[in-house]
Amino acid sequence: MFHRLPVPDGETVSFTIDGTPAEARVGDTVAAALLVNGVPHCRTTPVSGSPRGPYCMMGVCFDCLVTIDGVGNRQACQERVAPGMRVATQMGSRELDR
Amino acid sequence: MTASPMTSQKPADLVVIGAGPAGLAAAALAAGHGIRTLLLDEQPAPGGQIYRGVTRTPIGDPRVLGPDYRRGQDLVAAFESSGAKRVVGASVWSLTRDAEAGLEIGYSVAGAGTLIQAPRVILATGAMERPFPIPGWTLPGVMGAGAAQTLLKTSALVPDGPLVLAGTGPLLWLLAVQYVRAGVSIGAILDTTPRANWRAALPHMAGFVRSSYAIKGLKQLREARSKVRVISQVTGLRALGSDRIEAVAFRRGDGAEERMPAATLLLHQGVIPNPNLASAAGCAQDWNPDQLCWMPRTDVWNASTVDGVWIAGDGAGIGGAIAAEHQGRLAAVAALSAMGVLDGAGQDREAAPIRKALAGATRGRRFLDALYRPADQFRVPEDDTLVCRCEEVTAGQLREAVRLGCTGPNQTKTFLRCGMGPCQGRLCGTTVTELIAAERRVPASEVGHYRLRPPIKPITLAELAAVSKDDIPAVAAER
Repeated sequence: MFHRLPVPDGETVSFTIDGTPAEARVGDTVAAALLVNGVPHCRTTPVSGSPRGPYCMMGVCFDCLVTIDGVGNRQACQERVAPGMRVATQMGSRELDR
Repeated sequence: MTASPMTSQKPADLVVIGAGPAGLAAAALAAGHGIRTLLLDEQPAPGGQIYRGVTRTPIGDPRVLGPDYRRGQDLVAAFESSGAKRVVGASVWSLTRDAEAGLEIGYSVAGAGTLIQAPRVILATGAMERPFPIPGWTLPGVMGAGAAQTLLKTSALVPDGPLVLAGTGPLLWLLAVQYVRAGVSIGAILDTTPRANWRAALPHMAGFVRSSYAIKGLKQLREARSKVRVISQVTGLRALGSDRIEAVAFRRGDGAEERMPAATLLLHQGVIPNPNLASAAGCAQDWNPDQLCWMPRTDVWNASTVDGVWIAGDGAGIGGAIAAEHQGRLAAVAALSAMGVLDGAGQDREAAPIRKALAGATRGRRFLDALYRPADQFRVPEDDTLVCRCEEVTAGQLREAVRLGCTGPNQTKTFLRCGMGPCQGRLCGTTVTELIAAERRVPASEVGHYRLRPPIKPITLAELAAVSKDDIPAVAAER
């Protein structure tokens, strides 16, 4: 996983990952926040169910898809963590209710 | 997701898409001439990928990211004082040309879609990392070196060990040096540069030694090599693990097989133009046999084949950040001339110093292209390797489809769903073209590329439904 270099204190932001409270630094993308919180993979694929994590970090690969505040298929590398945000790892394809 | 109704409007005379070096320089120059200029960018802060987070990076020690990175601050400052407007967090999903309405751009900010008319457009959508298809490259913990650098620039995040870097090209060495300076321990750098590349690069050496890359590049190589174990001429690279990467296996230059533990494997073998928006807008593309990628066809003013659309920076062919700036300015000068702000003589006068600077910035590029040409086996992988990560299609399946009569990338969609996942073929497109070309024993140019259509980014039906009928853009531009 990833850890943060010693940097000047930044503002932290609280959110949840699959219901578990977590913290990130203001400005972190959701993908960065998942990596620094030790989440091994953010989704499984609809085709084979294999685990995937962030790969390109610039919106190209769509491997970091997660559910954010109830909406599925969001690109974790393109969204910033917001206070109280509910991030959920996404198993398989997006479903009708998210 | 909530969506506000889309409206079609003409907020600017020139719209620039992308806030990297090309887009920032283009917008600043145009706005400086009093043209109403609008810059659309996907990120919350300007800089593109090369200067990602340059105005707000949490990394305090300037040695870590280096002086080249800080050049981005000057570009941003020049843009901000130019009077150009910008929309941040804008994901552009279409660019179409309608005979009556002209150019129309569709983009969304936080789930709300907007359509704007734009008399002139400069695309500065930059580059992406070249796909690096090896067995196991979809395992969590395997990422692009550029991706890891983004985490470093924007969030000061670095990988836990054991860490392995693998591949070829300047960015791999730059990242290694940045990690070394930040105190990050690197287990090994697996250099996949084929020895034969030196022979091909040698004739271009004279241009390279006079370039700004030479001294800088050699210093980086020396610094990385002094601190990290470097294994040369690596082949047969694969990532091993079940739910995430646990080890890396490879063959060394001396033929010996080696295996080492890895929690993170960072792959890199150069960058290629990010093709989707230009392609979906109907801009013609050509295969570049030296850079091994599709490139939009542009003239000496960076004009594309679609009237009113210019393409500048790495999105028009890889030339690096400094060349991108100058190309952005050239395109802006051409757009100003097309708008009647500059006459022919004025256009040439403005362009002369830019062209001179551009020539300087591209010096040495041919040497780099030849030296860091990725090995065939890492561009056209063996049968068991996934090519399309989204739909999980292997090289073997693609070869089988070719044997059954599949002649090009667009047919692989119907045969295999290859390229039809959420990334819309961005990541696998280059590999699919080269693999089919190799299998058919014809040039890549004959095989062709994926045909792309808007929207080039997934948008919800709610967003689309909010477009009133009058505002529905012309589907598929000239092609």
